[in-house]
Amino acid sequence: MKTIFKRPEALADFPTHYCPGCTHGITHRLIAEALDELGLRERAVGIAPVGCSVLAFNYFNFDFQQAAHGRAPALATGIKRGRPDLIAFAYQGDGDLASIGMAEIIHAANRGEKFTVIFINNAIYGMTGGQMAPTTMPGQVTTTSPFGRNVEDVGYPFRMCELLASLRTPAFIERVAVHRPKYIVKARKAIVKAFRYQAENRCFGFVECLSTCPTNWGMTPHKALDWLEENMLPYYPLRNFKDPETDENPEPAQGGGDAS
Amino acid sequence: MAKVLMKGNEAIAEASIRAGGLYYFGYPITPQNEVAEYLSRRMPEVGGTFLQVESEVAVSNMLYGAAGAGVRCWTTSSSPGISLMMEALSYIAAAELPCVIVNIMRTGPGLGGILPSQGDYRQAVKGGGHGDYRSIVYAPASLQEAVELMPLAFDRADRYRTPVLVLGDGMIGQMMEPVEFREHEFPPLPPKDWATDGCKGRKPNVVNSLYLDPVKEEELNRKLVAKYEEIARKEMKSDEYGTDKPYRVLLVAYGTTARICRTAIARLAEEGIGVALFRPITLFPFPAARLKELSRPAEFLLSVEMSTGQMVEDIELAVRCRKPVHFYGRQGGLVPTPEEVVDEVKRLLAGAKGGAA
Repeated sequence: MKTIFKRPEALADFPTHYCPGCTHGITHRLIAEALDELGLRERAVGIAPVGCSVLAFNYFNFDFQQAAHGRAPALATGIKRGRPDLIAFAYQGDGDLASIGMAEIIHAANRGEKFTVIFINNAIYGMTGGQMAPTTMPGQVTTTSPFGRNVEDVGYPFRMCELLASLRTPAFIERVAVHRPKYIVKARKAIVKAFRYQAENRCFGFVECLSTCPTNWGMTPHKALDWLEENMLPYYPLRNFKDPETDENPEPAQGGGDAS
Repeated sequence: MAKVLMKGNEAIAEASIRAGGLYYFGYPITPQNEVAEYLSRRMPEVGGTFLQVESEVAVSNMLYGAAGAGVRCWTTSSSPGISLMMEALSYIAAAELPCVIVNIMRTGPGLGGILPSQGDYRQAVKGGGHGDYRSIVYAPASLQEAVELMPLAFDRADRYRTPVLVLGDGMIGQMMEPVEFREHEFPPLPPKDWATDGCKGRKPNVVNSLYLDPVKEEELNRKLVAKYEEIARKEMKSDEYGTDKPYRVLLVAYGTTARICRTAIARLAEEGIGVALFRPITLFPFPAARLKELSRPAEFLLSVEMSTGQMVEDIELAVRCRKPVHFYGRQGGLVPTPEEVVDEVKRLLAGAKGGAA
């Protein structure tokens, strides 16, 4: 009998603690599929952040380290500089990466560290209970922005891909979404590519995954998918920002641009 | 091997390379910059890794990552930089990862100044970061001792899976002395079968300090305590001077101040005043048993430090407060002179004789 669907070897047979409708599970699976496809599982070291995915080490079937809040890129740097033959990736949320870990991510990208970052942007702090994140949308209500994010007071949400793409160092940087099958197919391709570039020792890889948080957004899972589409896609365009294959002579990328 | 004249920071760097500390992450801060400058040239020659990075916070988390991947890694910094490393140091202790951190102490609190100090004793010896943990702490008093302690520090870090601190001061880092790099032999180390270095042929490893289950967290705490008790039993190191002759006063000092005390003791001996020195080489574990023994013939003890007396409480604990423990120290980067120590000993002896309170 031909197998057409099975659990990736890189994914552990372990129930997750994620809320119903949360997209972490999709992204976990994409990572596992990518590592299996490229045959990298036995060399892989994942890094779990502080946030909802703090327990990610339980959900994958390969080596893992658990990091202090925001420091996953520093751990990954230590791992790759110590053992360049390993395949390291940091799995980080928006508070972890774009707030407390801003210095670590920018410097790792600028050094061109040969590891992969999977950046989960769901516009909110999940684990701590729905506080305003550096990526919270203008006007978005959270537990610490009860009147909506006031950009006059706290500024606009960070666009991390655009920020990192402005660096001169070659990299693979792409923003994807995981809320509809058609986007998930593209997300999978970007994740595979980022890991392939790492395996080829070519460049730093950064894949931002626009994700949902039905629980802290206060919506049904279905409504959350629509909310992402309507509110996040216009502000966070889905596209490739940098690719060593196409950037013959990479120059600082221009912000914005059409979704591709 | 012949002796070579080296600056302390460079001697520490070379000794670490020879001990297999081939992975170094650092951030500039005075007075220890010569370590990174030396390694930036030397590491490429030996196939090691030197990386200057964005902050001490990042440095210490890189140690977590690299140590977790099973390589011998280390860093150096000075007081304010060490404070920034305390985040990861706590995680490193909890995840039971081996690494070596050298603190060439400068003055504080705050930004302080760049002159020598011993003001980080408590931070190093009592924990430093959050939570229930300790680090082995070595305190070299000469450059030769520093180059001997580096291989020991790396070995013990691996053997006990624990962070090891080497506590020097600006004098140790900046002065020049002849040093000889000797070969060091240690018993074989256990394999790093816990490292996250790829799961080929085995079950996945996890390097972690998260314990949401209180029972599991308590188990970790107790496991760490058992480890620290074993370290206390096996790893105490100390040195003594003048204890083979009769003495009325026992000085207690580590690092640079211990050298000053030796000069003071020689001068006091010329005046017929018997004084001895006890010098802890490990500050944790504090060599309490030997200190207690040596305190018996003394009328009192005098702790000499470049701090406001941070070691005094450990001395009092060691002698169970059976002998008076006095303190003499200078702060702010001022180094006690032998004359000051001589005068203080005489003043205290006169006071003791007069029975003044």
